[in-house]
Amino acid sequence: MADVVVEHGRVAGATGARKRTSLHNALKRKSTVAFFLTLPLILLIALLVLYPALFSIHLATLNKSMQKFVGFGNFTFLFKRETFWMVVKQSCIFAITAVIFKALIGFIVAHFVHNIPAKGQRKWRGMLLVPWVIPPAMSTLAWLWLFDPSYSAFNYTLSLFGIGPVNWLGDAAWARFSIILVNVWYGAPFFMIMYLAALKSVPDQLYEAAAIDGANWWQRIWYVTLPMMRNIIAITTLFSLIVTFANFDIVRILTSGGPLDQTQIFATYAFRVGIESSDIPLGASVSLFMVPILAVAAIFILRDVNKRGNEA
Amino acid sequence: MADVSLRKVVKRYDDVEAVRGIDLEIADHEFIVLVGPSGCGKSTTLRMIAGLEDISDGDILIGGDVVNDVPPKDRDIAMVFQNYALYPHMTVAENMSFGLRLKHYPKAEIKERVTEAARLLDITDLIDRKPKQLSGGQRQRVAMGRAIVRNPKVFLFDEPLSNLDAKLRVQMRIEIKKVHQKVRTTTVYVTHDQVEAMTLADRVVVMNKGCIEQIGTPNELYHKPATRFVAGFIGSPAMNFVPCRLEDVGGSLQIRLTDRIAFTLPPARAARYNALPRTDKLLLGIRPEHLTESHAHLEPGVETFDTVLDVTEPMGMETLVYFGLNGTPICGRVNPNAGAKDGSPMRLAMDLNNMHLLNEATGVVL
Repeated sequence: MADVVVEHGRVAGATGARKRTSLHNALKRKSTVAFFLTLPLILLIALLVLYPALFSIHLATLNKSMQKFVGFGNFTFLFKRETFWMVVKQSCIFAITAVIFKALIGFIVAHFVHNIPAKGQRKWRGMLLVPWVIPPAMSTLAWLWLFDPSYSAFNYTLSLFGIGPVNWLGDAAWARFSIILVNVWYGAPFFMIMYLAALKSVPDQLYEAAAIDGANWWQRIWYVTLPMMRNIIAITTLFSLIVTFANFDIVRILTSGGPLDQTQIFATYAFRVGIESSDIPLGASVSLFMVPILAVAAIFILRDVNKRGNEA
Repeated sequence: MADVSLRKVVKRYDDVEAVRGIDLEIADHEFIVLVGPSGCGKSTTLRMIAGLEDISDGDILIGGDVVNDVPPKDRDIAMVFQNYALYPHMTVAENMSFGLRLKHYPKAEIKERVTEAARLLDITDLIDRKPKQLSGGQRQRVAMGRAIVRNPKVFLFDEPLSNLDAKLRVQMRIEIKKVHQKVRTTTVYVTHDQVEAMTLADRVVVMNKGCIEQIGTPNELYHKPATRFVAGFIGSPAMNFVPCRLEDVGGSLQIRLTDRIAFTLPPARAARYNALPRTDKLLLGIRPEHLTESHAHLEPGVETFDTVLDVTEPMGMETLVYFGLNGTPICGRVNPNAGAKDGSPMRLAMDLNNMHLLNEATGVVL
């Protein structure tokens, strides 16, 4: 619609073009109009994304009182601290393990749901999405009770078999397990729904052709389903990796990073040093450290997606 | 290579019977075409032979072995699908060799078979391309190549030319026939296009409402249809059906079409139909090519009548003429130089030597 108007305007204005100023001519150009039409969105992105990003970079270069420019001082300080490297390690373990399990469980559940007859499928899809639609702050509180060492349902059940009690959130290994478990519980439905959509887009005849070609169930998954879902898997994994790396609420509510910072990840550690210890520049530096890690992952994953985009 | 037998094969979906106890014997090396309108059960039958659909009742035998419960991968068959079903992430060579790779054939043999099939189908230059980079016809060749390299007992084709344009369809039809002449694999081919059926098949199986109407060579189906359905389905434009009755006039047998039009039957036809009760409601079946312009010298058994043409369709080598007989629309084929024009009167000749007489109630050709 806009194109037509612009074209029309250009033709109509052709005769009087000489009389008009160069500003008028600029305004008549398609690219100028396009720029002005997208300007509100550009401003919105600049305001909500670019400004905070640049401001946090600025903050990361200041001293604790935010009075003095210290350059990479905050980063060199962080790099010397053992706790920081522990946070890096824990964040990587947390995010990678959680994403792998979310993807795996999502894939398996998506397959089951895909094979349920269409009549009952909606009901199952709805129920399986529940963990993802409940605000994580609320559902994590329920998990906090389930993990309680003295009166939780988990420990009670285990006690019936003569096991436990397990100190779910007090022991470092169990605490790491617990936060990953809750994150997987919360995030797997997202993978499930994305994979289900991808599964539905694979033509049945490809499976039939594979079955006739001699492929068994596993070979059909390996040679047909997975290659056909590669782009969705890549994009979902990248998205989930970013969100999981930046996770805050689950760890904050369950362990607050404890015991002894053994479950601290980037976001909770940034909160600890930035807000609780009132060193905002150092907190900003911790947050920014995620960027290069995720950027590298994004480049690798998206480059692959672009390559495959030409196949379908 | 092997023969295929279908014995009282039934397919039920809940309360609906899609295939109603069909019997079919397909000989080794034979090219059989299942043809019929949409929903007649032809694709279901093919999918049951492939093992993609369970059979509700009866037996399917391939090479003498009952395969009712044998999964598709163990039936040693190859199938070409309507939309090709090529794996989009694999190259042409990978698509063609997929089945062989799964069966762990030696690499050298796989390469040899793929190269040979590609040469046969004239797709050697496309071997490293992905399906997306191919045209519809090329994709169909690759799908055929994928079937050929496996050297299966039976080829199954499920409307393989439906997605191609008319010109390419004719070309591919010839290709398929050539390939079959070379590899001689038993082939079951499903189509709704009677021209494909007639041109490709050793024998055609005409299906309707889950049953087999008639099995025969293309010529048999065309010249000796068993039922009204077959008579009407095979041939384009379709056979004309005119309500009629038999009359005895002066010792000869006549067929009366309208109050004004009645023809004396040729002796051979008269002898054939003489025993029929005169009260039966009958249909005269006559193909358009047996309704032509009148000549000065007519052969015995060719009768003329006058009519007014409603519409004419010049086709170049012939002109189709449409007119009514007692309200029944009729199509004839005349010479383009016969002067047929819309709305003009014309004397036409009906070749009763090639007529068919059908029982109107049962649809059986008498």
